[in-house]
Amino acid sequence: MRGSSGRRRGIWRTLGPVFAVAWLASGGGAEARDALLEQGRKVFRQCQACHQVGLEAKHRVGPYLNDIYGRRAGTLEGYNYSKAMVAAGQAGLVWDEAGLSAYLEDPKKAVPGTRMNYRGLRHADDRRALVAFIRQYSPGAANIPEAPPTAPLVAPDEDPVVPDHVLAIPGDAAYGEYLSSECVTCHQADGADKGIPSITGWPAERFVTVMHAYKVKARDNEVMQLIATSLADDEIAALGAYFETVR
Amino acid sequence: MTGISRRRFTQGVGAVAGIGVMGGFSRAVHGQGRPKVVVIGGGAGGATAARYLAKDSEGALDVTLIEPSKSYYTCFFSNLYIGGFRTLESIGHTYGKLASDYGVNVVHDWATGIDRDAKQVALAGGGRVPYDRLVVAPGIDLIYDSVPGYSLEASGHMPHAWKAGTQTALLKNKIMAMPEGGTYVMIAPPNPYRCPPGPYERVSMVAHQLKKTNPTAKIVILDPKETFSKQALFTEGWQKHYPGMVEWLPQSILGEIQSVDAASGEIVTDLDSFKADVANVIPAQKAGMIAESAGLTDDSGFCPIVPATLKSTMDEAIHVIGDACIAGDMPKSGFSANSQAKAAAMSIRADLLDARAFPPRFSNTCWSLIDTDDGVKVGARYEATEEKIAKTDGFISQTGEDAELRKATYEESIGWYEGIVADMFG
Repeated sequence: MRGSSGRRRGIWRTLGPVFAVAWLASGGGAEARDALLEQGRKVFRQCQACHQVGLEAKHRVGPYLNDIYGRRAGTLEGYNYSKAMVAAGQAGLVWDEAGLSAYLEDPKKAVPGTRMNYRGLRHADDRRALVAFIRQYSPGAANIPEAPPTAPLVAPDEDPVVPDHVLAIPGDAAYGEYLSSECVTCHQADGADKGIPSITGWPAERFVTVMHAYKVKARDNEVMQLIATSLADDEIAALGAYFETVR
Repeated sequence: MTGISRRRFTQGVGAVAGIGVMGGFSRAVHGQGRPKVVVIGGGAGGATAARYLAKDSEGALDVTLIEPSKSYYTCFFSNLYIGGFRTLESIGHTYGKLASDYGVNVVHDWATGIDRDAKQVALAGGGRVPYDRLVVAPGIDLIYDSVPGYSLEASGHMPHAWKAGTQTALLKNKIMAMPEGGTYVMIAPPNPYRCPPGPYERVSMVAHQLKKTNPTAKIVILDPKETFSKQALFTEGWQKHYPGMVEWLPQSILGEIQSVDAASGEIVTDLDSFKADVANVIPAQKAGMIAESAGLTDDSGFCPIVPATLKSTMDEAIHVIGDACIAGDMPKSGFSANSQAKAAAMSIRADLLDARAFPPRFSNTCWSLIDTDDGVKVGARYEATEEKIAKTDGFISQTGEDAELRKATYEESIGWYEGIVADMFG
């Protein structure tokens, strides 16, 4: 996670929005998502007096909004947060969908003592659009609302190629459901991302590819390496078949 | 009966729906209903077991959870409250969803006895709850007199805080009220005990708090052991973040603890006498009292089990999970209890409902916070052999790791907390 995630984030900063947009355009419902992002871009104009986002973004009155999605509140380096924001982060506030939406709706209510002077964004549709827009500039940006889940941070070609005969193993979804009980000690069963990535609704092939990447230690989270190496190929296939069905 | 919440799935309930837990009602009344599974204890093991039994049986089992507390405070992350990283409220949970979303009958009462012949659990309120299968998950009880002079009463002055809630708040209040330059003394527990890295994470969190509010204060650990979990990681962290603040004395230096005096805060050991401004006494531990009184424990004070199913070796109708059981190489942790609960639930469904059974899977990961954004972890996988639940593979954080990795480890622990409490309580 250490070295490689830093490298991946670096790549993401450079190519992230491009990848995301390219990906979005390739999937179903692209028009709806484009419309959502466009709406978010317009709503973001309200934020621009204080916040920047994108390749050249810097901290201004408010912190820049790159890499914000999925972060604990008050933790971007180089920005002088209010004590209230730091405390909220330490108490567990994470800028996920729910956290951002609640904060955008009424900042002073969500984080009493925040320095952000903003009356709040009343309409849920606007909040959703704004979160989707900002989320493009964070790792996992393709995983925006309305989009098919694609939570892995890295481009697919960074993971080792899984042989076709492994990918072709039919997954026993019922067995996968049983095996999944081990996953949901850490990963949220409802797909929420609160510090550990969501794994629900992934295409099975993607799931299998990522698990094999952990299995051969091409990805370096020890917990996941341990879990992946304990699973036979058919068990990984079973998990992939099960999680694909969970939305 | 008071304090009983009993809701049911409509699915498969039939004629027994609406019958509450009543004093002295007989098993025959319920004999035609769904198989009854009763779970004693609503912690990481018990709550998980109740949820999985109810969820996976889709109403085919009548699941009752007996837990005296209406609000459950997780022991895991309670040290982070002491360190100022969490509020007490943020580690408190209730059982509402288990009742409303999964149809678990949640009974807030003490289980005072198990009649293994009649297959009934006696409640402090006077009721008796019949079972076809019983899951015993009472956690630990403290052996107060394992530390001479310590007692339940003394714990009001020298908190153990090894069951989260009021004891944790009491300990934190005492730490915050410590005189400038005062001394916090922890008497660490002997093996085996709940949460092997817990005492040392606590010391880290106390040091973090004192560094801010009382930087000339000292911390002394009086330890009846020679080594402890994640030792190299903690000692490295203490030197890095809290130089000169923490002193650890193992038994080879300390000798025996002769006495503690709750009134004066004096702790006498073979080595020396220590005057504690705040004493945190964590005594030896055994399985929760209900397990002992039901004859489920052996000479160790804990409950022997069949590794693959968590069935008590004393009684085939009873499964013992979590801190109370002898789980071979698995540590006593919330993660372990959660893992064991799922294996036990699967075994029970296979026996009572002919549900499909798979080989049980056991794993554990323990995260500890040393200072802000400095998290470490240890984890392992296990498999059930004939003899025990045996470790097959594992990992541990390394000394000298960079700040980015340590921060990621801490953030992972926050994600895990959210995951496991959702897995326990729905």
